[in-house]
Amino acid sequence: MDIYLPIAEMSVNLFLLLGLGGAVGFLSGVFGVGGGFLMTPLLIFVGIPPPVAVGSEASQILASSVSGVQAHMRRGNVDVKMGLVLVGGGFLGSAFGVWLFALLRSLGQIDLVISLAYVIFLGTVGTLMFVESAGTMIRTRRRRGSESFTRQHRHLWLHGLPLKMRFHKSRLYISALMPLGLGFLVGILSAIMGVGGGFLMVPAMIYLIGMPTAVVVGTSLFQIAFVTAVTTFLHATNNQTVDIVLALSLIVGGVVGAQLGSGVGGRLRGEQLRILLAIIVLAVCAKIAFDLIAQPADLYSLGRGH
Amino acid sequence: MRRAVAIILAALALLVRPDAGRAQGLAADISDHLIAITTAFTGTTVTLFGISEKRADIIVTVIGPREEQVVRRKDRVAGIWINVQNMAFADVPEYYFVASSRPIQQIAHPDIQARLELGLEHIALRPVDAEGRDISDILAFRDALIRNKQRADLYAPKPGVVRFVGEKLFRTQVPFPANVPPGIYQVQVFELVDGQVADAQRSTLVISKIGLEAEVFDFAQNRAPLYGIAAIIISIVAGWLAGIIFRRG
Repeated sequence: MDIYLPIAEMSVNLFLLLGLGGAVGFLSGVFGVGGGFLMTPLLIFVGIPPPVAVGSEASQILASSVSGVQAHMRRGNVDVKMGLVLVGGGFLGSAFGVWLFALLRSLGQIDLVISLAYVIFLGTVGTLMFVESAGTMIRTRRRRGSESFTRQHRHLWLHGLPLKMRFHKSRLYISALMPLGLGFLVGILSAIMGVGGGFLMVPAMIYLIGMPTAVVVGTSLFQIAFVTAVTTFLHATNNQTVDIVLALSLIVGGVVGAQLGSGVGGRLRGEQLRILLAIIVLAVCAKIAFDLIAQPADLYSLGRGH
Repeated sequence: MRRAVAIILAALALLVRPDAGRAQGLAADISDHLIAITTAFTGTTVTLFGISEKRADIIVTVIGPREEQVVRRKDRVAGIWINVQNMAFADVPEYYFVASSRPIQQIAHPDIQARLELGLEHIALRPVDAEGRDISDILAFRDALIRNKQRADLYAPKPGVVRFVGEKLFRTQVPFPANVPPGIYQVQVFELVDGQVADAQRSTLVISKIGLEAEVFDFAQNRAPLYGIAAIIISIVAGWLAGIIFRRG
């Protein structure tokens, strides 16, 4: 059954969209990640124009982060103060990112920049995750059962920047410029890549800011919900690239998929999950990199605007 | 089936109508003057039919709305294929279709072909700011534009065929793909005698988004801030509902 997407101006099989939403939702349920970094490239692979894929993905991630953050709020796993500082940076980053997006689009370079951003971030995060989880697997195999997690609470020079602020929930007294800067960077990624940015924010919160792992996921979802809301709004007003019919189809598929996935995720070990996720991330990265390097079938293409 | 009957009835009406106007005239019509793009739209085919009293050669063109179109060319930069050059063309038809009863070159004078844009090679594609650009460069971009439009099924790879059914009645099929842009389409039927246009008939065909699609599109284009807020609310409600279902499940 084909469905006509009013903003993408094309007709796509509805079951393909539900299936994509379901598959990515399943993976995000298994791995506890947002899935935007998989969904946006997949949408582009099936022929959705990249700007529409990015704009619509923002509203889908908004939906999935709203549903995710509820549970964390109930359990008290959200550092609201830290979240709000991240959101502040995220708003600025999103505004800058959407402005940059419109500029690159008019220059005809937006597709390239989306692809490059994916290759760089997926490549880096995928490699780090792979190395780290492979290392953990080897170590746990050598000395079985002696797995102990010690957080390295190092005091980085970054923590000593001005504008110090106390974050009770995270038991931190650090410069607000750090979460502000991180939020800003993630806001840009949200606007340009159509992702929530959890894959970057979660490790940065743990290793750079030094937040306790218990509040990291909830707080990052809190930030993602607000920032993707603003990104959705800005893409809708500046670029008219938010296809709500597309987003809703993905949301419906994603809800069901995530439900199934979280059941499976509970049965796998942490490092097994991470190494599987790393492999998926690297595969997507390799596909995008290949498309950039391989000679296109036609060097000429039609653009909008100029 | 109903459509086929309607076409036949309309064709018969053309044949027998008492006020057939010019005795040696040309009369033609299309089976639909309005194509609605709805949720289930996957492209359509419109039948064009008509009467040529002279039983002369017939050429049909259907030309979509015209817009400036940018064509970009990739080159390899540091191992990556990047858009480096571009050229804009003014008034490019978003859709182009031509059909004829015999090969166009055999029935239309070259001047007529150029003036009436009969055939892909005669579509008026005027480059914008072409000063200082090589002719070969312009031609390469022009060819690329047509090639890309063909790949998108918006320009037919080769001319269609106008068939005579019976003595004077002719018909042809005009295909519109799922991605056909909305707008006003010019439908022209030319009757050719000795390479010159003996008679012509022009009409229009409107392709428009209808129903929910049209409303969503208009909403997104004309009241973008409100659309943005609506998209946010819809997503939050959907996510919130999902959260509730999760909790119970």
